[in-house]
Amino acid sequence: MRRRFVATLILAALALGGCSSSTDSAGGQEGSLTVLAAASLQQAFDDIAAGFTAKHPGMSVDFNYAGSSTLVQNLDAGAPADVFASADEANMDTAQDAGLIDEPTRDVFAANTLVGIVPLDNPANIATLEDANAAGVNLVVCAPQVPCGALSQSIAEAAGSTLNPVSEEQQVSDVLGKVRSGQADAGLVYATDAALAPDEVSTFELEGADDQHNSYPIARTANAEDPEAAAAFIDYVQSHAGQAILEDHGFVVPQER
Amino acid sequence: MMTTKRVAAQSRRRPNLAAGIPGVAVAMALVAAAFFGIPFIALLVDITWSELPELLTSRSALDALWLSLRTAVAATLICIALGIPLALVLARTEFPGRTLTRSIVLVPLVIPPVVAGIILTEAFGRRGLLGEQLSAFGLDISFTTAAVVMAQTFVSLPFMVTSLESHLGSSGQHYERTAQSLGASKWRTFTTITLPLLRPGLISGTVLTFARALGEFGATITFAGSLQGTTRTMPLEIYLARETDPDAAVALSLVLILVAVAVIAVAYFRPATNQS
Repeated sequence: MRRRFVATLILAALALGGCSSSTDSAGGQEGSLTVLAAASLQQAFDDIAAGFTAKHPGMSVDFNYAGSSTLVQNLDAGAPADVFASADEANMDTAQDAGLIDEPTRDVFAANTLVGIVPLDNPANIATLEDANAAGVNLVVCAPQVPCGALSQSIAEAAGSTLNPVSEEQQVSDVLGKVRSGQADAGLVYATDAALAPDEVSTFELEGADDQHNSYPIARTANAEDPEAAAAFIDYVQSHAGQAILEDHGFVVPQER
Repeated sequence: MMTTKRVAAQSRRRPNLAAGIPGVAVAMALVAAAFFGIPFIALLVDITWSELPELLTSRSALDALWLSLRTAVAATLICIALGIPLALVLARTEFPGRTLTRSIVLVPLVIPPVVAGIILTEAFGRRGLLGEQLSAFGLDISFTTAAVVMAQTFVSLPFMVTSLESHLGSSGQHYERTAQSLGASKWRTFTTITLPLLRPGLISGTVLTFARALGEFGATITFAGSLQGTTRTMPLEIYLARETDPDAAVALSLVLILVAVAVIAVAYFRPATNQS
């Protein structure tokens, strides 16, 4: 908790002064950068890469998007990477304990909250977590083993209920897919996932979801081939421009907390 | 005469090599064998043997194994019941659209299983082509064990049909014609002549079908979902275990491999009396 507070402070400071200090750090550099990023960051990071390469014309950015734990395993197996962005602190902790990241560069750059989603026509007439949890409702959630599932469980617990799903998916995108196709009556997903399908699902708020969110930490890897470029990318993610892109995609950015 | 002599001379020089197999091919075969063998050795090296009993007897692992065995057996039985008639019709009748039908039956061999799951959802899912009618009758297949069996049947039926068809094609219909000319009914001909002749194809088809059903992942997770004891089969459990406990995933992989090896061993390595 204290680390998160400190991280938030540092982030706020960086965000305030970030733009001016990061402009010249990798200005004329050339090369390519490999970023391992949680699957939920895909749309936002694709946009961030466009902004980053516009600012550093010689640079190109390659992404490997997957579940955070898979990415840690890839890193551990020696996958070439310069930057790692995780969807939760736990997987970043695992990476740090294994000496896979450059600890001082670790920082929280965004957060994601959980929302409930239903198909647009809302066949089961759901407006609350309690409705979604009722018998006979096809509720789909993430498995407790993955970050969005752990968050779903702790929000349900805080609300005094136990989840009663028909399926526990491994990836939040599969939860979205099953609600989108009408297979499921309701699902619990990140706000960023709900924002991907505004024409196919509508959202409902989960009581207490504002108090609990997943923090997204980013860090340079211990074996970064191009440490300066990696630092420049992390700076860009935390710059006003980067944070605005993340916000557009439904993330909560640190200075708002 | 020249040829026989040369072959004889060759086999004296390299007594262990079958005539006509170039040395390069033997070397490539060794590479192929190593390619298959090394991952299994790596698996055995990687396993934490002391934790194995605990990892394998966890509630979720036992649920997944039991579910996998039940669903794979059910899917195999359905494939036998549907595959024999389908193979017979495809191999021994002429009708317009036969080639098209055969192509469609083979499609699941070629498409990624996730695609199989998507089209199953389009057909039998709640809002699918037939799903809406089924729902009206109170039949909701999604997220049930039946959906797992359907996914497994869909991807493994082609294995049954192709192995039966290859035997039907080569065996001809002489015995059947003779039996019928002697007055045997169609059904009697089928059970006493056709089925016994099909046996080798049926055995290999059953093994391939069961193995494919046991390993089914993509169509299951897309069409049936993943819930312990209901739809989370071994492959789904292994994939999920990787998230938090890679050791457990490795241990479960070993179990799945052992089951597959056991099935293959039972089917193929019996006293070689009935080899065709």
